[in-house]
Amino acid sequence: MLVFAIRRLLQAIPILLGVSLVVFGLVHIVPGNPIDMLMPPEASPEVIAQMKAAFGFDKPLYVQYFLWLFRAMQGDFGLSVFNATPVMGQLMVALSNTFILAILGASLGFALGITFGMTAAMFHGKWPDKLFSALATCGVSLPHYWCAIVLVLAFSVLNDFLPAQGMGDDSLPLYQRLEHLVLPVITLSLIPMGVIGRLVRATVLEILGQDFVGALGAKGLPRWPVIRHVCKNAAPPVLAIMGLQFGYLLGGSILVETVFNWPGSGNLLNLAIYRRDIPVLQATILVLASFFVMLNLMVDIAQAAIDPRIRR
Amino acid sequence: MSEATYDLPSTRVAAAEQPAAPTPGYWKSVGQRLIRDPVTMFVTFVLLGILFITIGAPLVTNGDPFTGSVMTRLKPIGTPGHWLGTDETGRDLWTRICYGGRMSLLAAILPVSIALVVGGFLGVVAGFVGGKIGNLIMRVMDVFYAFPSILLAIAICGILGNGLRNAIFALAIVFIPPLVRVSETVTAQARQLDFVEAARASGTTTMQIIRHHVLANVLGPILVYATSLISVSIIISAGLSFLGLGVTPPQPEWGLMLNSLRQAIYVQPYVAALPGLMIFLTSMCFNLMSDGFRSAMDVRLNK
Amino acid sequence: MSAALSTPASTPVDPRDRGGPAQPMLLVEDLRKHFPVRGGLLNRQVATVQAVDDVSFSVRKGETLGIVGESGCGKSTTARLLMRLVEPDAGLVTFDGDTVGVPHGISINEMRRQMQMVFQDSYSSLNPRMTVSESIAYAPYMHGLPARQAHERAEALLGQVGLNPRTYARRYPHELSGGQRQRVNIARALALEPRMVILDEAVAALDKSVEAQVLNLLGDLKARFNLTYLFISHDLNVVEYISDRVLVMYLGRVVETGPVESIYSHPRHPYTRALFASKPTLDPDRRTTEMPLTGDPPNPINPPSGCRFRTRCAFAQAICAEKVPPLEAPLYGEGIGDSPHLVACHLPEAQAAMGVHHA
Ligand SMILES: Nc1ncnc2c1ncn2[C@@H]1O[C@H](COP(=O)(O)OP(=O)(O)O)[C@@H](O)[C@H]1O
Ligand code: SF4
Ligand SMILES: [Mg+2]
Repeated sequence: MLVFAIRRLLQAIPILLGVSLVVFGLVHIVPGNPIDMLMPPEASPEVIAQMKAAFGFDKPLYVQYFLWLFRAMQGDFGLSVFNATPVMGQLMVALSNTFILAILGASLGFALGITFGMTAAMFHGKWPDKLFSALATCGVSLPHYWCAIVLVLAFSVLNDFLPAQGMGDDSLPLYQRLEHLVLPVITLSLIPMGVIGRLVRATVLEILGQDFVGALGAKGLPRWPVIRHVCKNAAPPVLAIMGLQFGYLLGGSILVETVFNWPGSGNLLNLAIYRRDIPVLQATILVLASFFVMLNLMVDIAQAAIDPRIRR
Repeated sequence: MSEATYDLPSTRVAAAEQPAAPTPGYWKSVGQRLIRDPVTMFVTFVLLGILFITIGAPLVTNGDPFTGSVMTRLKPIGTPGHWLGTDETGRDLWTRICYGGRMSLLAAILPVSIALVVGGFLGVVAGFVGGKIGNLIMRVMDVFYAFPSILLAIAICGILGNGLRNAIFALAIVFIPPLVRVSETVTAQARQLDFVEAARASGTTTMQIIRHHVLANVLGPILVYATSLISVSIIISAGLSFLGLGVTPPQPEWGLMLNSLRQAIYVQPYVAALPGLMIFLTSMCFNLMSDGFRSAMDVRLNK
Repeated sequence: MSAALSTPASTPVDPRDRGGPAQPMLLVEDLRKHFPVRGGLLNRQVATVQAVDDVSFSVRKGETLGIVGESGCGKSTTARLLMRLVEPDAGLVTFDGDTVGVPHGISINEMRRQMQMVFQDSYSSLNPRMTVSESIAYAPYMHGLPARQAHERAEALLGQVGLNPRTYARRYPHELSGGQRQRVNIARALALEPRMVILDEAVAALDKSVEAQVLNLLGDLKARFNLTYLFISHDLNVVEYISDRVLVMYLGRVVETGPVESIYSHPRHPYTRALFASKPTLDPDRRTTEMPLTGDPPNPINPPSGCRFRTRCAFAQAICAEKVPPLEAPLYGEGIGDSPHLVACHLPEAQAAMGVHHA
């Protein structure tokens, strides 16, 4: 087990390096120096050169890469070229806001998905199954940014139940700040709900279809061993997809954050793109992608812990 | 029925009467099964309908997607002359939706097609050749796979700048790794099947094996997967435009329209949600279609 | 029916028969295949599976050589090595006097036209997307036979293997029963008019009654087309029924070989005797007092040194761990019949213990 965990960890290193190379390379595909693009045309050459030196943009590319990588590993992503504040600080605030949404959305989606999937499998072929399958198919093809708009429409525009924008002031009472969470969390929960629900349904049906499980039931044995068997066998694939879905929520919430004006990492990325704020852009993408890699890693290890056959 | 005896003459035509090169007659049976599947047929008709109103936009509307008038700004659904209402600059929404679908569909289908060719090729090579080349391809793909798809698309587009070309490029990059993976998996599986070994054992060349035995068995699952990717692609590509990273105004495009109408949600709430409905509908149809294909292609499921 | 296929068995000389009857059809010398096992932290090669280790034998023209052994002892790997579906690490294969795959010998492609193989899994060895006649016609068509003739040959062959072409030619594999599919596979193997056919557990997956029918069919076809068989099976009864000579393998090595009567009546190697002892038999003459095989065979990764059977052998001595026993004439008694009975075992007393009672 430990060997497996260490091996997966080692395998993640080249991927992380590759990710950093892609992120860095992406930014430098575009010709031109970020400072040239940012400075007003009337700025004197000395000032521009000074700026370049200050941000390290005057060195050769590979030196820039290693410097950037070296500092990034220590949590130092440099200064924003837009407002010269440390990137790390901005990123931490934005990430924690995104995390709040992603964790709540994922939990809600997973809980609903597992419930619905189990119910559908229990009532295989009957109306709850059909209803759920239809809903889940809708769920996985939902453009979540549109869904966000529809929710705003239903709960803020047509009926003034819930706030539609931002995350609320610190000065607001707690319940009002929680109200700001409701719509974004529901929006984010829909896709994981559909995906997990479909998977749980299929997995449970497959396990229930196995001969010996049928035999357990036919012998009139207590249902509990059957349920335990189902859970034990359904857990690894469900867990894997859950990890992936949570990762997608982290990286993909940018569109939903835009609709709800939520000050998360997606919003930060969006701003960085418009301001051409290269250090912020690089840092945000790198951190989100690294999270995704680590998440996959943890899921792999957790899966192997549950089901030793997976260890290769 | 006992093993060695001949059974009754069937209604099938004996092969001797139809000499043909040994080509699979498999696709015909898949087609027959598809036609008998009501859901797949229905979504196919819906998709054909969407295709018709977008490509044939001048036939179904005589409005102009680019010009509106201040007089007709943000009219509700059911306004005479503008049955789906108008947008924030008074342009007819029905007209905009018809023309807008062109961009949305193009920006969704083209990247998947590019990725299908590139990713399918790389995947089949990696799966069939294996070894160092296969390993190299797969490790590079792992790196791109490490990005959540929307994040990668936004990052590439955000850096290259907005515009349809960059959006298509970005999405193609996003969809290559999953297609490589799927192609590699099914090819590696097909390669191990005994009938591929049997073909090798009778002196068939590698290229012939790939063409006759591997591709035929591998193309189906890859195409089905690509169809299901289109349903994702349309959401992401409209999403890019929604963020202002894809198609540029004043071009009509569903995601872009959704974004600009969003500002008017308090004035014309229903009109504002319409372009998103189109994205949703198209995406769902592609999804259901790929489900239909998948079950129609499974020989063992349908006897 | 094509002219070539209807060649009667009485035709004395096959133009491809170059060496004459005395030349073995197949001569295998020191064939070896070790598969790397990867693992560990960096996915390095950490061990090797010694799947086939210095295996030598010959197959005479027109005979059936049976290979027996527990599963995992390297039977399939041997077959795949002979077909060159797997590259051997070492060893020479000579097909009718011509060394395979060397500049002045016979090319792999030409060898594959004269030697064909039937696999165990009748379903996965047929392309599910092709009809039965397409599958059979495929190889001749690829070798340049026009489509029409290839299909005619396919239909003739279907008839030869007992399947009515009118009924079966246009069916897909999943529309056939296991026995019918295996008949198709046999027809497919015969489509290139080979001189030798390797049957790797070709009847193992079939029901007993179907198995008997297919075995009979194999016998008929062998006589009709002048074939030489290499018949691989873990079923001792089937091997006894079909083979002229037998080769017993254990963990990648040959432990005993000889004429079928000699091996079945006087098994010499302790492993062979244990194998027979664990075989269910109805014949009271053949009840044995031998200890049946117990435990699993050791892992072919890191096999035991010296004699590989020593970890399960009741007779093992110090020498068994030190030296690999050579394949030689038995140290006790004599080989029976015209072809030698060879055993790889150091100790006469191990070979002496009589396993079989004769009433
Ligand atoms: N491609 C391969 N890679 C690694 N090991 C293999 C491979 N093919 C066979 N082996 C190993 O070689 C040994 C012999 O296998 P095989 O020849 O299939 O045995 P048999 O046919 O007698 O059951 C087994 O331990 C098997 O695991
Ligand atoms: S060589 Fe030794 S261990 Fe091997 S079979 Fe003979 S007696 Fe047994
Ligand atoms: Mg085998």
